[in-house]
Order: sequence, then C-alpha cells, then structure tokens
Amino acid sequence: MNNQRNPTISKGVDSTLIWLYLLLVAIGLMSIFSVTYHEGDDVLRSFLNFKTNYSKQLIFFAASLLIGLFILLTDSKFFTATANIWYAFGILLMLLVFPFHTNIKGTESIIKLGGFNLQPAELMKLFVCLALAKYLSRVETDFNKTSSHLMAAGILVLPALITIAQHETGLALVFFAFFLVMFREGLPAGYLVIGFSLAVLVVATLLVDKNVLAIVLTAIAIVAIYFGWRITRQRRELIIIVAVVWASCVGVQRFAVPFIFTHVLKGYQVERIFSLIGRENPYAKLNTVEGDEPVAVKKDTDYNVRQSKIAIGSGGFIGRGFLKGTQTRFDFVPEQSTDFIFCTIGEGFGFLGSLAVLGIYIFLLLRIVNIAERQRSVFSRCYAYGVASVFFFHIAINICMTIGLAPVIGIPLPFISYGGTSLITFTTMLFILIRLDADRQMVLR
Amino acid sequence: MSVFNQSRSNIIRLIFLGLFLIIIVQLFNLQVIQGKYKQLAMDNAVFPKVKYPDRGIIYDRKNRPILNNTIMYDLVVVPNEARKTDTFGLCEILGIDTAEYRKRIIEARIKNGPYRPSIFEDLLEPLLQARLDENLWKFPGFALVERPVRVYPFNAAAHIMGYIGEADSGIIKRSGGYYHMGDYVGRNGLEAYYERVLMGQRGVEFLLKDNKNRLVGNYEKGRYDTPAVRGRNLNTYIDIELQQLAEKLISGKMGAVVALDPKTGGILAMASGPNFNPNSLTGPNKQKNYASMVLDVSAPLLNRAIKGQYPPGSTYKPIGALIALDEGVINQNSGIGCTGAYYGCNKVVRCTEHWQGHSANLRLSIAWSCNSFFSDVFRKTVDNPAYHSSRTGLVKWTEYMHAFGLGHRVGIDLPSEDGANVPDTTQYDKEYRRSWNSCTMVTLGIGQDKLTVTPLQMANSMAIIANKGYYYIPHFVKSIENETGQDTVMKKYRQKHEVLTHIPNDVFDIVQEGMQDVVENGTAKVARIPGISICAKTGTAENKTVLDGKVIQLKDNSMFVCFAPREDPKICVAVVVQNGGFGATWAAPIGSFLVEKYLTDSIRAERMPDVKRISEANIMPEYLNRLQYKTDSIRAWKWFNITKDSNYIKKYMPHGGKKTAVLPAPVAGVKHAEKDQMINKNLYAKRSTTDKRNP
Repeated sequence: MNNQRNPTISKGVDSTLIWLYLLLVAIGLMSIFSVTYHEGDDVLRSFLNFKTNYSKQLIFFAASLLIGLFILLTDSKFFTATANIWYAFGILLMLLVFPFHTNIKGTESIIKLGGFNLQPAELMKLFVCLALAKYLSRVETDFNKTSSHLMAAGILVLPALITIAQHETGLALVFFAFFLVMFREGLPAGYLVIGFSLAVLVVATLLVDKNVLAIVLTAIAIVAIYFGWRITRQRRELIIIVAVVWASCVGVQRFAVPFIFTHVLKGYQVERIFSLIGRENPYAKLNTVEGDEPVAVKKDTDYNVRQSKIAIGSGGFIGRGFLKGTQTRFDFVPEQSTDFIFCTIGEGFGFLGSLAVLGIYIFLLLRIVNIAERQRSVFSRCYAYGVASVFFFHIAINICMTIGLAPVIGIPLPFISYGGTSLITFTTMLFILIRLDADRQMVLR
Repeated sequence: MSVFNQSRSNIIRLIFLGLFLIIIVQLFNLQVIQGKYKQLAMDNAVFPKVKYPDRGIIYDRKNRPILNNTIMYDLVVVPNEARKTDTFGLCEILGIDTAEYRKRIIEARIKNGPYRPSIFEDLLEPLLQARLDENLWKFPGFALVERPVRVYPFNAAAHIMGYIGEADSGIIKRSGGYYHMGDYVGRNGLEAYYERVLMGQRGVEFLLKDNKNRLVGNYEKGRYDTPAVRGRNLNTYIDIELQQLAEKLISGKMGAVVALDPKTGGILAMASGPNFNPNSLTGPNKQKNYASMVLDVSAPLLNRAIKGQYPPGSTYKPIGALIALDEGVINQNSGIGCTGAYYGCNKVVRCTEHWQGHSANLRLSIAWSCNSFFSDVFRKTVDNPAYHSSRTGLVKWTEYMHAFGLGHRVGIDLPSEDGANVPDTTQYDKEYRRSWNSCTMVTLGIGQDKLTVTPLQMANSMAIIANKGYYYIPHFVKSIENETGQDTVMKKYRQKHEVLTHIPNDVFDIVQEGMQDVVENGTAKVARIPGISICAKTGTAENKTVLDGKVIQLKDNSMFVCFAPREDPKICVAVVVQNGGFGATWAAPIGSFLVEKYLTDSIRAERMPDVKRISEANIMPEYLNRLQYKTDSIRAWKWFNITKDSNYIKKYMPHGGKKTAVLPAPVAGVKHAEKDQMINKNLYAKRSTTDKRNP
C-alpha cells in the first residue's frame, strides 16, 4: 500500500537489470539493422517510415518500454492476486487458436488480430511462470508430497500439450524449463536423475543399433541383480524393481522412441535431429507416407545449419566487422533476423563479440538467480527462477542450434531476435521481476 | 518452506555456467580453430570475375588496322524475369518457333539457374541487333550484352592473321595453369605467334553475389580488383592493298603468293589459295564455317605459302647457275648445243625450246630456260673435278642449297612452317643402296626429282640473289608497341644473314642479267612493265599425286619468281599456281601485277582486263572432286557406323540407297580388313560413274 503513494517508481528497482536489458535490445537492433541494411539505403528515412525490420523492432521496443513502465507503476500484489486468472485466460486463448488460427508457415498457433500476429503460446510462458510461482508459494502446498509434484507438473504440461497439438513442438519444450524452478523448490533429485537417464536412453536409441542396445540393457540388468543380490536382503523386491526398470527401458527404446519419431514429431523435425547427429534417418520411409521427400528435406535442414556455421565460423577471432559479413548480408542464412540472429553477431564481431554477448547473458542470468535468492517471498523467488529458466532455455537452445549443437527449433533469442510478441513477452517477464524485486521486503502470497 | 534447498541455487548456477562453457568451447572451435569457414563464406559470396583485356591491334605498313577489335552483342536472358515477355514477337524477330524458344529457356535454366543471365543467342548480326534493340522494351528479362570480338576490316589476310579460339585442355595444361577455361588464345597465324604480346594481362574483379547467385556489387569496394592491361599492338610490313590484290588473284586456284622486301625481309603480302574471308571465323556462323572448311579437301585453311611443298622446276635454275659459277665449273660463256633434249644420261631430259642457239651461253640459257643446259650444269657441279667423288660434290651442292635458305625452315613469324626438302646423300643412299651418280638425280638440275621448296623459301632465295648474298629472315612484324628488351622475339629478324656474300657481285650480275632477259625477251615477256627492270624466272614443274591407289600425273604447276627493280631491289615475289600449266600463263602475270602495284602504286589501265580475267578464273584441279567424294563417303560410313543414321550414307550407296538392307549391321569388333573390304565393296561400286565426271 505504501508503494502506491511512493512518489518515485525507481525506489528499489534493480538498475543493473534495466541496463542489461537496454544493452541487449540495442545489440538486437544493431544486428537486425546489419541484416536488413543495403548499401545506399537512406538510413534516417527507413528508420522513420517503419517499413524495415529494424524500424519495426524500434516500435516494438517503444511499446515494450511503455508496458514496462506500466508494470513498474503497478502494485506487486496485483500479480500474485491475478496469477491464476492470467493462467486461465492464457489457456482459453490457446484453445481459441484451434478454431481461429491463421495458417502461417505451417504453424497453427497464431491468431491474427488486425495487423498483429498473436501467438498465445508465447504469452503462456509468462502466465505459467506466474501460476507456478503462485502454486508453489501457497501456504497449503507441501512440496514434499508427490501429489504437489504432479500438480505443479500439470500446470506446465497442460499448455505444453496444447502447443504440441498446434504443431509447435519447439515452443512446447520451453515449458519443461520450469522443472528447474521445481528443482529449486525441493523436487527430489531422483526425478532429475530419472529424467537425465531417460534423455541418455533416448540419445543412445538414436545412436546405437537397437538390438545392441537391448543386449547392453539386459547385461546392465543382470549385473545389477548380481551385485544387488549380495547387498540387499529384499531380493524379491530387487528383482521386481530391476525387471520393471529393464522393461521400461527396453520399452522406451523399442516402442516409445519410434512412436514419437513417427507419430508425434513431424518429418522435418526428425530430419533435423538426425542431421544434427549426422545419421541417416531410419524413419524416413515411414514419413514418406505423408508425402515428405526424405532426401530433399534433409538437404534443406542441413542447409540452414551449414550456412549458419559458415557465417559464425567465418567471423574468426575478431570478426569481419559491422556490415561486412557476406553470409548475413546476402541472405545465405535463412531466418536470420529471427531465429538465426546470432549469426550476425558471430560473423560481424567474431569470437570476441560472441563472447561479449554470452557474457552479458550469463551476467543477466546469474543476476536474476541472485535476485531470486534475496527475495523474502516464495512467490517472487519462484517467479524469478521461472524467468531465469525460460531465458536460459531460449538462449542455450537458440545459440546451440546456430552452432550445430542442438536440432533446429524455431525459438527466438531473448531481446535480440526480431519479433514483436517475443520482445514484449520477455520485457514483461523481466519488468514484473523488477517490480517484484523492488518490493522484496514484502511477503507476497 | 524451501529454504533448505538453498544449496540448489548453486547447482542451477553451475548448470547455467556449464552449458555456456560448452557453447563457448564450440564457438572457439568454429571461429578460431577451424579456419575453413572463412574460405567457405568467400566461396559463397564472392565471385571473381575475370576482366578480359582488349587484344592488340595489328597495323599494316601505312598504319591501317588490318586486325581490330569490335563489339558484338549477345542476347542474354534471365529465365525468371522473362515470364512476361512477348514470346511471339521475339520469336518472329529471331526467326525461331516457340518450341525452340522454350527449349532455349530450359537450357538457360539448367545452365545458369533461373536468376542468372544465360546466353540466348550469341553474336547477333548487326541488323538483328538493331531490331532487337528497338524492341527490347517488349521483352523483359532479355538484354543485349557486349562481347569483344576480333574483326578484319579489310576482309583479308586470313592466313597471316590467324584466328583466336577458346583454350582447350591441352593448351591449359601446357601453359602451366596460366590460361583458364573460357580464355581466348591465338590459334594460328600472327595471333598465335605473338600471343604473349597481343593478349595483354587479365584483370580480375571481385563481385559479391547473394544466396540466389545474383551479383549485388563490388567486394570491399574493389580494393582487391586488378585492372586488365590492354594487349600491345603490332606494326607490320604488310601492304594491305597488295595483300588484297594477291588474294584476289590467287582465289579460285590452288597455290600461293609471297611478296617480300629483300632489304628488310619484311613480308609485303602472302596469300594462299583457295582462301577465305577471315571474318567468317569470328561472326555468328563461325562454327559452321570452320567445319565446312575443315571438311573441304582443297583445304582452304592451309597456308600453302609456308606449308605447300612444291618442286621448284625452272625457278631453281638461277640458283643452280650461281652454285656452278661459284664452284667454277662453268663461266658466263659456257654453252651447250641443245636440240630439244638432253641425252647425257640414260634417260632423256626434254627441253621446251628446239631452236639452235637458245643455249649458246648462260644468259641465253636462263632467258630460255634450257633444260639440257642446266642438266649439264648440275652434273658438272656434282661431278666437280675439284672433289674426288660425286658424293662430295652433292654434299657441297646441298650446303649451297641450305645457304640459299632451302631445305630447312626459314623461321618466319608464323607457326607450323614447313622446311620442304633438299635431298642429300643419305636419301639417295637409302633409295639406290649407295650406288648412284650424277645421272641418277640429273633432274635436280631443273628443279625436279626430290627437291621441294615452299613459296616462302622461293621468295627468300630471290631476296638473296637480289641482295647479292645476304638476307633477313622473312617476317611480318616491323615493331611491337612499347617494345622493351624483354621482347626477344624480334631479335632474330633484325639480324643480317650474310650467307653467300663471298660470291663476287659480278657473278650475281651475270645471273641477274639472264633473269632480266627472261622478262625482256625470254619466257616471261608477259610480265614486262615499262620503266622497271624486273629480274624473273618462270617455272613449269611436273607433279604427281596418288588417287585411288594409283599415281597420276597432274597438269604442271605454274611457277614464277622475280625481284624488281634490278638496280635497287624493293620487292621479291614468288608465285605458285598448282596445275596451272606454263609458268607464263598464270604465275608470271600474277607476279608482275604485284610488282607493278607495289612499285607504281597502281596497275596500268590496259592490264586491268587481265587482272579481272585471272582473278575470276577458276582452275581448281579436277581430281579434288573425286577426293572430296571419297573423303565424304568414308566419313558418312563412319558416321553410319557410330550412329546408325543412314541420312548421309544414302547418296553414296549404289542405287541411291535403296539396298540399305544389303549392308550387314556391323558387329562390334569387326576387323579393320573386313571393314575396308566393306567400304570398297559398297562405296566404290560407283567408280565408273564418278570417272565419267572426272575424265
């Protein structure tokens, strides 16, 4: 209540975060400019006529600042109070997409509102973040219970499933980043171990011949029983546990992975994954039933990553200089204002430039974690961790895919990529955090 | 509630840092360790465009360009931009149908892709180019692009200038990588000999291209570009009007004309018949023209002035006389009683003159070209009592002949000159198993037997006689533009070769007097020009060829050599008209016209009808028809064997090709003998009818 009468909104506001934010947006604008600008363009005029990407991004930036200002003027309690409403609103929006979506570039997750493309899944990141923080900070929530684990997981799995149904598997993965929040709040490490094991198993399935893998798994199971026999006395339970684990492993390896690769993921996504690990797609034949040409698709996905790697690699140690990168200037890299914006930095400013941008990002992330840890209220802390997780996931996956470490998933680089929805969403997330942090002495429920 | 989990914040920090570390390691790997990406990016985006320099221009002695550069236009198309073009209008102008149009567009698409220009039709005729230029606005996606081509403004000197063509793999390999695919290289003539001077220096321009291979600008504002350096020009001795006259006179005949300046060795004109218009090898139909000339058995592409090997006949006689005089076996008063033949040896050497006294002395014998006299002179030379055997005599004679520039390449600045043949002892040893004497080769004395010379050698030997003992190697190029010490190519042409200056001038005078008499009152009175003292010698040389496996005697070659004026020689001419008959019939007037044209700058009006008559005469040897038929039919047979296409072979078949079924399909691996039999059986069954055509 005090805050509302506070004459300055800057009190308690973490200026470091704001400076980092401004710095990143400036880098983003410059990168988009260097992609779009052609020699001889009238820079001033094209900035003012708002037809080029960089001038549009400037408008988005202005809008974001306005929204940020409003958020800073809002009472912190507003967010705790309305978190669940926002979540419900988000789910509703996502469901509305099904009848009202516009078909753009194969995705079914966008509603066209006037001249603005609204992607509810993007906004949903924010809402999930709020709702999860709200749920975890409830007095009655006991996060030692499995039921609360399931409930928390449900909050993020629901929008993830809807997003998958909208053929945006990449975006859906973002929601799983919130497991980091749950981990911080006491999710048993066993879950992470199981999740990690599952990931290893899936990767092994892709890399190793299925029969060899089955034999290896069986051997591991036998060894486990052999050693467990001596240690434990509950031998029957041991055998049951090992048998169940073995059966589920083989089940994943034999049936679950092929099922996901042929039925859940789309042909091009499978191709991207296999082109990343450098293998022939064994499911290609199954996919051709849908009319995809496996060879052509593979070439295409290969092209993106190859050109992106050439762009970043050609930057060398100090880079080719601003506006000197031929790869990005002449459209060799596809989607280079949005998903592959990092190429512009890598090519123009080289290893040092990339290192600087990465440094800013890691500084931002660690700063958010520090801010999270200094919160008195659980809601603020959970929310801060949520923001950090989402940012981290976007940054890591986006950069990894441009340098060939991750399959190509169309997710933007926070604050740098071109795009109104993503800039506004990330700004909102960050400014709510700043608002909450400004009131860190309060205990919010 | 979860304060107990505080330590987990450190794990999360570690996860963040760990993944960023992985990213940094991979970035370091891509950007610093692996250097290949820079090159890959360059290959992607930078297109090194070769700038071709203008080739050097070749001027004649009066600074008229006889080989120049000009611009021709190619019609190029960018397939994707040509969708809205007026197809019918374009097809009508180009004279093609829409099917052909579509075919070419598809070809262009395949060749350079839909976004880059490809040639739609190359080297447009000027008229066509003008029409297209007017209507080009109707054809979006089409453009006219300049292309430099060589042009011969006087339509002359094809054999001298040569032509340029794209470098083939052999040339590229031999040049050690200097030439690239698509470069033009001089392939013959001066274009080839002075390639290094004419070609200039290639430049390169680095252009940027985008992801669709469209060129979008200069790389780094052209900082790495190198400009092309124009090729250097050549100044030659050629008198283009004389050259045109020579070509006019030799056209329709097989033979050659060489005119040179004895004082410098500079060649004033050199023509070979049959000849062709050099511009036919640069324009739109160059491939077609070239092919038809290659397939022509009369070989218009052959430069007979340097590659034709002819028995010199009587034109050798002044040289024979000089050798004998220098050897001291005869003197100017030596004579012989000739009654129409020489009976000194077993075989009879016929002489064209019968009347008493035509061989009373050397001067008369040259003037009347007495075969008996020169047979006798040759035998005296070989059987010179100063040497103990005729072997040594022949060796000495061979040495003299070589000194006259015969029997070896003269060294002209054209590629692929022939040396012709001056027989020596080894040749006769081989043929006659070392048992021969001066009678065996007595006809060498009248320029027959195994002696052959090229027209260039004949002209050069005339220069030695005119100069009384010295010569400069015949050459075309007077000077190179901006010549430096590195242009060693010109060195050998500026060196005086004093090969026979030991022969006293009065000996030369004796022979020159005889040669002057040839024109004044001897065999070549037709060549006389009032006011100019011409020294000349006609020749009527026997020659044979092999046709259908038989040696056949052809009509004599008409030969003529001369120089003028005698007091101060300015021009030497050698003319050969194959199978023309007497020297005085064709060759002598041709030579005389050239001398008159060069020395007086014009030809007297009363001689113009003769000029016209000779230039319009067609005396191509008749056996060529048969030879052409034979060559074509063999080619048609080979074509049929390769493609099973009977279109060409039909007209060579008996009964007009109705019996094609008789021809058994050739089995793979058919022996050559069998094939030859087949050719004889099927293709030459019509011999009797063709013989009727060539009686």
